[in-house]
Amino acid sequence: MNTLPVLEVNGVSVTISGRKILDDVSFVVQQGEFTGLIGSNGVGKTTLLRAILGLQRLDAGEIRVNGEPLTARGRSLGYVPQRVLLDPDVPMRARDFVALGLDAHRYGFARRTKEQRALVEQMLHDVDAERFANARVGSLSGGEQQRVLIAHALISQPTLLLLDEPLANLDPRSVQEIVSLLHRVAKEHHVGVLLSAHEMNALLPVMDCIVYLTNGRAASGTTDEVVRSEVLSALYGHHVDVLKLHGRVLVVAEPGQDDSDIPQHETFTVN
Amino acid sequence: MRWLFEPGFFSSAPVHTAIVIGAVSAIVSAIVGVVTVVRGQSFAGHALTDVATTGGSGASLWGISPLLGFIGAGVLGAGAMDLAGVQRARGRDLATGIVLGAATGLSALFLYLDTTRSASTGITQQILFGSIFTVDPSTIPVAVIFSVATVALIIWIYRPLLLSSLSPELASARGIRVRSLGLLFMLALAISVGLSSIAIGSVLSTALLIGPAATSLRLTKNLRNAFVLACVLGVVATWLGILFAYDSYYWDPSSQGLPVSFFIVAIIFLSYLASGISGVRRSVARRADTGNARVAPPSGVREVA
Amino acid sequence: MFSGFMVNAWLIATIVAFVAGVVGFFVVLRGSAFQAHAIPNGAFAGAAGASLIGVNPLIGLGVFSLGAALSIGRLSRRGRSDVVTALALIMMLALGAAFISQSTEYEPQIFSLLFGEILGVSTSQLLPVIVLGLVCVLAVSVLYRRLLLTSIAPEIAASRGLHPARIETIFLIIIACSTTMTVPVVGAFLIFALMIGPPAAARCFSNRPEVALALSVVIALVTVWASLASSYTTNWPVGFFVGAISAGWFALGKVYATWSRSRAEQRR
Repeated sequence: MNTLPVLEVNGVSVTISGRKILDDVSFVVQQGEFTGLIGSNGVGKTTLLRAILGLQRLDAGEIRVNGEPLTARGRSLGYVPQRVLLDPDVPMRARDFVALGLDAHRYGFARRTKEQRALVEQMLHDVDAERFANARVGSLSGGEQQRVLIAHALISQPTLLLLDEPLANLDPRSVQEIVSLLHRVAKEHHVGVLLSAHEMNALLPVMDCIVYLTNGRAASGTTDEVVRSEVLSALYGHHVDVLKLHGRVLVVAEPGQDDSDIPQHETFTVN
Repeated sequence: MRWLFEPGFFSSAPVHTAIVIGAVSAIVSAIVGVVTVVRGQSFAGHALTDVATTGGSGASLWGISPLLGFIGAGVLGAGAMDLAGVQRARGRDLATGIVLGAATGLSALFLYLDTTRSASTGITQQILFGSIFTVDPSTIPVAVIFSVATVALIIWIYRPLLLSSLSPELASARGIRVRSLGLLFMLALAISVGLSSIAIGSVLSTALLIGPAATSLRLTKNLRNAFVLACVLGVVATWLGILFAYDSYYWDPSSQGLPVSFFIVAIIFLSYLASGISGVRRSVARRADTGNARVAPPSGVREVA
Repeated sequence: MFSGFMVNAWLIATIVAFVAGVVGFFVVLRGSAFQAHAIPNGAFAGAAGASLIGVNPLIGLGVFSLGAALSIGRLSRRGRSDVVTALALIMMLALGAAFISQSTEYEPQIFSLLFGEILGVSTSQLLPVIVLGLVCVLAVSVLYRRLLLTSIAPEIAASRGLHPARIETIFLIIIACSTTMTVPVVGAFLIFALMIGPPAAARCFSNRPEVALALSVVIALVTVWASLASSYTTNWPVGFFVGAISAGWFALGKVYATWSRSRAEQRR
């Protein structure tokens, strides 16, 4: 079977205002794979995502989605920004927003067929959003809105799902729910999932691959391959220790070393 | 110089009144305006001018002095806005807009009743766009008192006021009454809007409020210099406007001349644009900034000159 | 009230309401209240100038509101502040005042341009106004779904190739067109009340976009008809009624929203 990678990032470099944000970054996401883009805030995760979306010019390298260069991305790419709507006055139900994912590009008023409406129902069911399907999008909690955004992105049946810090403002329970939802989505819908986060522990149980970004450089591979002292030390340019305890990971710099570029991890929470 | 000053300019009584009222309004507006722009409250200032319109047209209807009408409505409006909270969430913008719409509608009614009942023409023109040459000279003492009081108020409170806009928490920690100061400022704003409404009309008075202030803040970061510069710009614009308007009456004998407010706004607008030319900025800034304390615009404030 | 020249007035008023309701729905959704306020103010100078030189004021309105719309679009995209926009608008108003001062009939003219006039549209202007109105409504209808997504989630729209910036420019042009045809009847100062009052109320009454849009039009229709009838009866300016009734609807919407929210909370 031809396994064309859903996303190919090849030697990508981006310089903004004289600063090299991304430096020769390369990795691949396969269909049905769950990949975490891990890095502390300001390290370039958003820049990389914007580049994949075609909103950021590349100084070097290329990006391909389903083997095609970026111009033809259109509907093969689903995007979930961090949070969309804070205004509960906006007259749009979760259900309407998900339906918009199907045909926002079409002209005129929506005349949706029975099949399309059934598809919306299916999506709402898949992301576990049925109980608030008729509530206004702006009145949903962070976790609830994430589900709706995911359904909106998923309904057009993309091969790649891109999420920008979806877990950032969620409570720990919602984090767990969204992570397992995304894992399910990746496997059941055969979608490549790439999400950015500044903390990797929540993703460890489900991540197939990790792209660890710091100082503009990236190391990619499975967690076992990447999250090791030697690899991360080379990436940071100074020695770091990687401690694994009870299935959780802690990256620690030596005292005296600047550790501001190490993604801040949550303190251990016992489930 | 005779071509610049048409005959009778210096001896005309309405011109004398206009010059005094104009200067007084310009100075108050400039000083209050600098604080307004630095605090990022240009929208509130603009909103108050619409409310002032209602006051002016109501005053005309009930025979009250227009100055009192403008100021009175402005003060009421300022109080209402303080009650409603000065936050800038999207919903609040809509609510403010709706209230302004209702106030403007009320102005429409008052102006209509004005024109039908008193059969005097030009009331709409006067209230909205000003008619500084027809200001009653007896207004001068009242105007001067208001403006002196307002300028004194601002000079007294501007430092804690600006600190409280930069960082309300820090200000309260230092014992500054943030809320009362804010209210006092809104009052000062209302008075200055009222005064400039007499000079150039309620609709256009925003120009006198934020124009010279914004221009001077572009040219210098030193706050005290900004105050002085804004006053100078405002007074010069106003006096030149009065002069040109008077002269324009003579340019074309068949016309009635162009309104003072038009000239004043035009001069203010052009000087704002001119201040954007980088050469001008740099040379004025170099001369003006003598190393005194600089003011950084408050973070999180959207409207910056 | 329904005979002779008033037939025109009712016809135009109906179209004005339609346009204000439809365009206003998105004005409120996109938070463009400032533009909806600013563009008609700029258009005022155009109308004044046009009638001064003997040209159809509609043309002046059209040219100046288009100019205002496009400059506002460019200025806000460059991150320029409200200061320059406000100053530019005041300049336009002052220009309008200057134009009007040059004509002999200035008082009634200023008044009707700013505050509305039942018979603001003459029979000869009937056709262009109707056409403009239809164009506005049609444009919004065609772009409906794009407008929805770019208003609510511009990042997602951008990722799908829907060009939010382009849609914004087009929408500003639509506001300009709707300004041109509504100002003669409702007035440059009050048209924005019609564009934000009814839609703001409508979205309190329904949580579905299509329903809220329809309600926005219905409420605008009721508002305009009531204003027209009241103005005809009392001779008071149309703008007064539009401002007052729009505020009334807005308040009603808020009350309803609070009531239904507390009812929903009781049920839980």
